[in-house]
Amino acid sequence: MSVTKLSELSWRKEAPASEKKESSEQADYMIETYAGQLKRKFFKHKMAVWGCTTTLLLLIVGLLAPWLAPYQPNEVTAAFSAPPSLTNWLGTDQVGRDVLSRLLYGMRISLLIGILTVVMYVLFGSFIGMLAGYFGGWLDMLLMRMTDIFLSFPYMLVVLVIVSVLGADIFTIMFVLALFKWPTIALLVRSSVMSIKQTDYVRASITLGYSTSRILCIHILPNAAAPIIVNATFGIAGTILSEAGLSFLGMGIKSPQASLGNMLHDAQSLTVLTEQPWLWVPAGFVILLIVLSFNFVGDGLRDALDANA
Amino acid sequence: MMRRYIFRRLLISIPVFFGITIFSFLIMNMAPGNPVDMLINPNIPKEMLEIRKEMLGLNDPLYVQYVKWLSGLLKGELGYSYSSFASVSQMIGERIGPTLLLASTSLVLGVLLAIPIGVISAIKQNATLDYVLTGLAFLGTSIPPFFLGLGFIYIVGIQLGWLPTGGMTTLGGTGGIGDILVHLILPALVLGIAIAGKKVRYVRASMLEVLQQDYLRTARAKGISELVVLHKHALRNALIPIITIVGTEIPLLLGGSIIIEQIFQWPGIGQLTMEALLSRDYPTLMGLNIVAACIVLSTNLVMDILYAIVDPRMKYS
Repeated sequence: MSVTKLSELSWRKEAPASEKKESSEQADYMIETYAGQLKRKFFKHKMAVWGCTTTLLLLIVGLLAPWLAPYQPNEVTAAFSAPPSLTNWLGTDQVGRDVLSRLLYGMRISLLIGILTVVMYVLFGSFIGMLAGYFGGWLDMLLMRMTDIFLSFPYMLVVLVIVSVLGADIFTIMFVLALFKWPTIALLVRSSVMSIKQTDYVRASITLGYSTSRILCIHILPNAAAPIIVNATFGIAGTILSEAGLSFLGMGIKSPQASLGNMLHDAQSLTVLTEQPWLWVPAGFVILLIVLSFNFVGDGLRDALDANA
Repeated sequence: MMRRYIFRRLLISIPVFFGITIFSFLIMNMAPGNPVDMLINPNIPKEMLEIRKEMLGLNDPLYVQYVKWLSGLLKGELGYSYSSFASVSQMIGERIGPTLLLASTSLVLGVLLAIPIGVISAIKQNATLDYVLTGLAFLGTSIPPFFLGLGFIYIVGIQLGWLPTGGMTTLGGTGGIGDILVHLILPALVLGIAIAGKKVRYVRASMLEVLQQDYLRTARAKGISELVVLHKHALRNALIPIITIVGTEIPLLLGGSIIIEQIFQWPGIGQLTMEALLSRDYPTLMGLNIVAACIVLSTNLVMDILYAIVDPRMKYS
């Protein structure tokens, strides 16, 4: 973003902020950049800072999983269904694979699916939302009815059905998870675009004869970014949760490949549930940790960006 | 004005309904195998199969098949299951009761948990209690429902032995409402916690907004007690937006109940879905999908209309 863009944004932010009571902060706005203001607001939010640190740590662990894991995820070690010990910190599963190693690889897959899926649907949803919001008219009507159709199907049910029809490889899973999530982004972007369209600087750009794509991408999209970013962060958490649910039901990532959800799948048997808690409790807590930290980051961003998403 | 809004809202749902059916039909066509190959035993000669296919209209162009299927659908025919050969609409009819019971109990439970938590944390804004309650709400939305469910089964059901962990009634028992209620507690609690986690934030935000209004200051200035101010003036207005948000929970409940019903062996639509998924019973899956989508479509419609009636300040757009 250029310097003028930043000042423009901070000016936009200044107006609602000045209504707030905190008078000491008000003076600072005059000299504080938008980025600085965001940073200060975000780091004031303790949960967000915690979430941010944990998220970074989880991402690093996920990236380094092949080097951190003591065993290969599918390697059969000495003991079957062994409780945690010095050689296998979190024990082994029924086939004798090391639970900790599978946990690390499963985390890697979950994070990958979460992030890539969200990237896919945010790009597509933003595109549709911009078209609908900017051009309006019959195009808007058509696209909005399309979002209505996609939003009518209960997410988990339709994802399960389509994955079972198309087959459960990792790309299909990401595609299907994204296919029913883009409408939320599209609706969000549409409403931002509709209000930004009315601003003077967009009217000026139109009068100046700029091309529509330039107006959309350079003048409108950056100003609609805040709610998109917030929604996407929560989206990563939600997608990871959905994928885990899918794999838990045995319809997502299938068994030789490790995934956090399918590690809990075995706990549906009573023996595993009651006698081998090391097989499912750590995996459950790891999912909880990932989802919780992304949610906290999202909440911090929402407060900092003052965006409702 | 309002009548026009309702009429417009109804009109808009018609193309959406057709969109839902077209989409479902296309997915069904992508599924491997066709009814004839799946239903009839493989020893029948190929020519016979071709005749049968012709009779069933499977060789017709896609749009003809769609129109035929749709006219059946409008009469309530959803086809026949590949695995049990029973009528899909009948199967769904038999299983929908338990799911509706579970879903509505969870919804009520979730809202009943969310309202006091959200209101208290709004009143105590930025105090420790507020942080604790919002933190708990985040925990509720972030915990995988299947993990919470398994945890409940392990601790409450097996270790403590307080509640049954599977089914809707005790096997061989006399049944009765009490028995069902006891079985309902754990699954409804798991779903309810997930709903409450999400709603707390809305209740809190809505309450905070109302608390800043001038009419509350006026009420306080008139010397009305704080409890009456909060209850009569604030809470009532704060709860209006919650209605629509409750409506958005319906698709989540219908989808989420698949996992919960699976864990708790609850004999509803969710379990039917899992059975159909495992036996690749596509007609049943499609039937479930369409029925669920229609439920969502109609509840959204009802919620929007209800909201327009409840809140006269709403702008009709």
